[in-house]
Amino acid sequence: MVDSKTAEEKMINIADAGMCSTEVVLSGVILDNPIIPASGTFGYGYEFAEIYDINCLGSLSFKGTTREPRFGNALPRIAECTAGLINSIGLQNPGVEKVISEELPKLRACFKKPIIANICGFSIDEYAENSALLDKEEQVEILEINVSCPNIHNGGMTFGTEAKMAAEVTRAVKKVTKKPVYIKLSPNVTDITEIAKACEAAGADGISLINTMLGMRIDLNKKKPVIANKMGGFSGSAIFPVAVRMVYQVHEAVKIPIIGMGGVASARDAIEMMLAGASAVQVGAANLVDPFASKKIVENLPKEMAKYNITSLREIIGGAH
Amino acid sequence: MKQDFFEIVSNERLTGNVMELVLRGDTSEIAVPGQFVNIKLDGFFLRRPLSVCNCEQGANAGASCGAMAGKSEGMLTLIYKIVGEGTRALAEYKAGEMLDLLTGLGNGYDISKSGDEPLLIGGGAGVPPMFLLCRNLIAAGTKPTVILGFNSKAEVFYENEFKSLGARVIVATADGSYGVRGFVTDAMKDILYSYTYACGPEPMLRAVYEKAACGGQYSFEERMGCGFGACMGCSCKTKYGSKRICKDGPVLEKEEIIW
Ligand SMILES: Cc1cc2nc3c(=O)[nH]c(=O)nc-3n(C[C@H](O)[C@H](O)[C@H](O)COP(=O)(O)OP(=O)(O)OC[C@H]3O[C@@H](n4cnc5c(N)ncnc54)[C@H](O)[C@@H]3O)c2cc1C
Ligand SMILES: Cc1cc2nc3c(=O)[nH]c(=O)nc-3n(C[C@H](O)[C@H](O)[C@H](O)COP(=O)(O)O)c2cc1C
Ligand code: FES
Repeated sequence: MVDSKTAEEKMINIADAGMCSTEVVLSGVILDNPIIPASGTFGYGYEFAEIYDINCLGSLSFKGTTREPRFGNALPRIAECTAGLINSIGLQNPGVEKVISEELPKLRACFKKPIIANICGFSIDEYAENSALLDKEEQVEILEINVSCPNIHNGGMTFGTEAKMAAEVTRAVKKVTKKPVYIKLSPNVTDITEIAKACEAAGADGISLINTMLGMRIDLNKKKPVIANKMGGFSGSAIFPVAVRMVYQVHEAVKIPIIGMGGVASARDAIEMMLAGASAVQVGAANLVDPFASKKIVENLPKEMAKYNITSLREIIGGAH
Repeated sequence: MKQDFFEIVSNERLTGNVMELVLRGDTSEIAVPGQFVNIKLDGFFLRRPLSVCNCEQGANAGASCGAMAGKSEGMLTLIYKIVGEGTRALAEYKAGEMLDLLTGLGNGYDISKSGDEPLLIGGGAGVPPMFLLCRNLIAAGTKPTVILGFNSKAEVFYENEFKSLGARVIVATADGSYGVRGFVTDAMKDILYSYTYACGPEPMLRAVYEKAACGGQYSFEERMGCGFGACMGCSCKTKYGSKRICKDGPVLEKEEIIW
């Protein structure tokens, strides 16, 4: 199933949006528009639902979920950068059972669109176990597997930095779900296309990229790193060109769809990301400084599309190649 | 939470590096003392959190037509210490300029627990939230005592403002150049009180926590990604589990604090 809407329904969609279509499809999952708040920057949606109707979004990727509840890393976890921030949250989340029993009902109450479950693990088994549990949630339509977690059985090296390990995670998750599996890749690697190809060969339905880039800030008064864990994940507008480059490279390397992210802060950024090869676009850090950022991007898309003579976003995916 | 643009009415120096910023805008989300606002500054990625020092809800809160329709045009006072790049940049803003604020953030102080003679303790940049708290406690019929702690006489601000609210005010300076010599805890010695409210640097909070025999509420600071509960950047451990300083705090009950 690629697209279940009839041609007639599609025409109506186009007319509604004033002769432009923002609809996109991710492995059979239809999104009204390609804008998706990125994991870890939107909680479980309800903080944002207090200030606007989040059903204007294409989808939503919730905070990375582990088997056990995690408090996360020591404080400070946040360091400001020029046009971005470093975060070292350490995957704080209530654990998969509470996510399912407490957070998802609250999210469902304010969000009726397809949900993307962001899944983490510290072993292959944990990835599979968490995926199997979240697979049962009806509104979860895509599993996004964050392979930037350290592998406790392999000296703490992250799954996503080695093609073989990333492929192994992919295979393990594919075994427990029929839903589309998107592997979310780390940019902190020598050749991201090699890892993307390994995931595709292992059965991944799509690729999400990029996660945060490893960074550090130093406090000049204390003469020590700002972040308690010293290093953290750098994201925000500053990393946009790196993300566009990597989406472009991965689009050339694989045939499966890509969810592009990294520094997207405007509708024009979203369009650029799609031209590079993204079928949908996630917005992360921008939500933190402007809680309306994702909504504004959705609203500005038609105007921005008109400016560049784009009538259908689906037609521009990978257009820069 | 609400996002709105506020007009700067004034932005003036109170002491060498402490500024008072008066803003006009939609204050309707500011409900409780101890809440904070998060300010966007040109050229800085993250917003800067500052406590509500004073807030007057607008008279035209109920306006149904014109530019003010549905808006409550109130006045908001913030006091900030210049400590880094962002606060230094904020000090350069002039009256008439606009600032993008998220308002109504955090839980704030619960005044229902105060008893008849609450003790309010503010240290340095922790003094501002005590002002609206003191005002509300007096309006609620209690008799608050306020201890303001500073390093030296030159740093003292708002002593008279607290006095004009009708509170008993004690100033402590670490170098003894004004008021009680020593820390706020030295000024607590001979006072009877029913409850404590505190805001200031963590060592001060901890000293007050250890000294005070009664219950209390303590306001904490942490580096923030969002300020409204979305990023988990500000989580701390409490006896009741993990809490986000920005959303479940910044005010914690004495009995739940883990140092
Ligand atoms: C809930 C809350 C209420 C506050 N209320 C007041 C107030 O009323 N008056 C006042 O003077 N200060 C207050 N602060 C502290 C104030 O937010 C910081 O002094 C300010 O953010 C420093 O910014 P800067 O750019 O000058 O410093 P820099 O050190 O250049 O800032 C770098 C980064 O660190 C963050 N940061 C630095 N110090 C602090 C801190 N102490 N707390 C949180 N983030 C920090 C900044 O926001 C910025 O993201 C409050 C903090 C919090 C969390
Ligand atoms: C505070 C914060 C928390 C994050 N948590 C997660 C997470 O739990 N799982 C994940 O896959 N990515 C997480 N990310 C990465 C984002 O989803 C995104 O990939 C990255 O930030 C790049 O996008 P941006 O530049 O728009 O922020 C987090 C990012 C931030 C800023
Ligand atoms: S600062 Fe983002 S959750 Fe508190």
